[in-house]
Amino acid sequence: MIHASLKDLAAALAAKKISSVELTQLYLDRIERLNPDINAYITVDAEKSLAQARAADERIAKGETGPLTGVPIAQKDIFCAKDWITTCGSKMLGNFVAPYDAHIVEQFNRAGAVNLGKTNMDEFAMGSSNETSYFGKVKNPWDRERVPGGSSGGSAAAVAARLAPAATGTDTGGSIRQPASLCGLSGLKPTYGVCSRYGMIAFASSLDQAGPMAKSAEDLALMMNVMAGFDQRDSTSLQRENEDYTRDLDKPLAGLKIGLPKEYFAEGLDAGVAQAVQEAIDQYRKLGAETVEISLPNTRLSIPVYYVLAPAEASSNLSRFDGVRYGYRAPEYTDLLDMYSKTRAQGFGAEVKRRIMIGTYVLSAGYYDAYYLKAQKIRRLIAQDFEEAFKHCDVIMGPAAPGTAFKVGEKTSDPVQMYLEDLYTIAVNLAGLPGMSIPAGFSNGLPVGLQIIGNYFSESRMLGIGHAFQQATDWHTKAPAGIE
Amino acid sequence: MSLTTDDVKRIAHLARIEIGDDEAQSTLKQLSGILGLIEEMQAVDTAGIEPMSHSQDLTQRLRDDVVTSTNQRELFQSIAPAVENGLYLVPKVIE
Repeated sequence: MIHASLKDLAAALAAKKISSVELTQLYLDRIERLNPDINAYITVDAEKSLAQARAADERIAKGETGPLTGVPIAQKDIFCAKDWITTCGSKMLGNFVAPYDAHIVEQFNRAGAVNLGKTNMDEFAMGSSNETSYFGKVKNPWDRERVPGGSSGGSAAAVAARLAPAATGTDTGGSIRQPASLCGLSGLKPTYGVCSRYGMIAFASSLDQAGPMAKSAEDLALMMNVMAGFDQRDSTSLQRENEDYTRDLDKPLAGLKIGLPKEYFAEGLDAGVAQAVQEAIDQYRKLGAETVEISLPNTRLSIPVYYVLAPAEASSNLSRFDGVRYGYRAPEYTDLLDMYSKTRAQGFGAEVKRRIMIGTYVLSAGYYDAYYLKAQKIRRLIAQDFEEAFKHCDVIMGPAAPGTAFKVGEKTSDPVQMYLEDLYTIAVNLAGLPGMSIPAGFSNGLPVGLQIIGNYFSESRMLGIGHAFQQATDWHTKAPAGIE
Repeated sequence: MSLTTDDVKRIAHLARIEIGDDEAQSTLKQLSGILGLIEEMQAVDTAGIEPMSHSQDLTQRLRDDVVTSTNQRELFQSIAPAVENGLYLVPKVIE
């Protein structure tokens, strides 16, 4: 049951082979047993989850079933869920009980899914290893001395350890794709604007995008059917017709043109990862796809550009945490300024403070043109790289991360080393394109992810491309040892 | 360009984050590393390139001027650190 696809779970629920209460309880028991070590969840509330499961069972009894009715789904703790503590991985929101639901959470509720709990994450989604969470590190289920990636590391570890059938994540610079890669999962960052940001705690608003994390591309498609859609409460939500993201799952690959950016296979890529990715691409050739070498010449610049734009937006977004309306307030202070400064000094962790300060600096008087404006100009060059590339191919493939899961503590002393983790993912956010990672094999027993980058709004086709691979291979069915 | 600990303290003040001398020292090293990374941008010729603030060229939507949200003051204030008579309490700013 714990390895079942979402489709099979929904079928078992609809056929009343298992009730939602039983299924939810099965996962709650697993969480109770395994989570103390893995630490994938920050908040579990069995009573709330089971109440939703009972409601789902009533719907199923009346025959009102949808594709996810009664299925437990873990929510990244960046999404507000009414009456649930929603921390965003920070002491600043350690006591924050969300007074409303994020749009995504509302959509899952409407579909009859069960909120299984709130998953751990890097503080305010700033990190690539889940080590910046105020609520402790998350262990990678494949090797518990290693990180699960980040920032959606709790969601990734939860699905990999089968502590949830699927989970939500968010991706600002790779935070869905990199942990999916490091934990052997499928994860999709949709085109910017496809999933509403309402109730999703903001990090860098022009880059943040929610997406699904699951065991297969087919599961992702079912999740996308719930998560995507226009929401007027997000000013950048795209007003488009609703799509069926499962529609291209069985589309053949013959004639598909895959672009291989030479910059993604250059210096800095681990040899074992390179090999697994190449073998995955060979598999695509066997399935009828053609490959063509392309160039994304400004790839390297995506990191400096990101570390100007994302901190700049974060410094503005995180100014709301001032100890006045909600969240943490320092216990002692002398005046208003002192209250702000102490609240923020005590409430934020080191990485968040660093990024706020970088953002404050690059936006400060006299530096705006040299940093912020310059970065926005190079952002356009990066987006144009992709525009040019898509004249020669249908999708782009390469590694999702430069290596496999690294050891806890290995990259914490030098922030710049950690930032290089996102070398292959960040440009996709800057351009606003959809990107996906699917399991492509292993290197030294650790999962490797294949990244698939599509043109705007090509998620359905990308999911089909992922599904075709998963019909021909079984990497996505592998689970770590020691989670029984 | 190189930062000094005074710069770090000034930035921390602008960001409303209290910082001690020791912390300013260690932060200086890390911020300098990140700014070194960012500096790579300066070598790029961006003459004539329009800045890109967003991936989609969107204009803000307009809607009819009707009430869409209801007043939830009590709910929202129930999670505030300090409130009184429906007001958020902060230290006195005017003597």
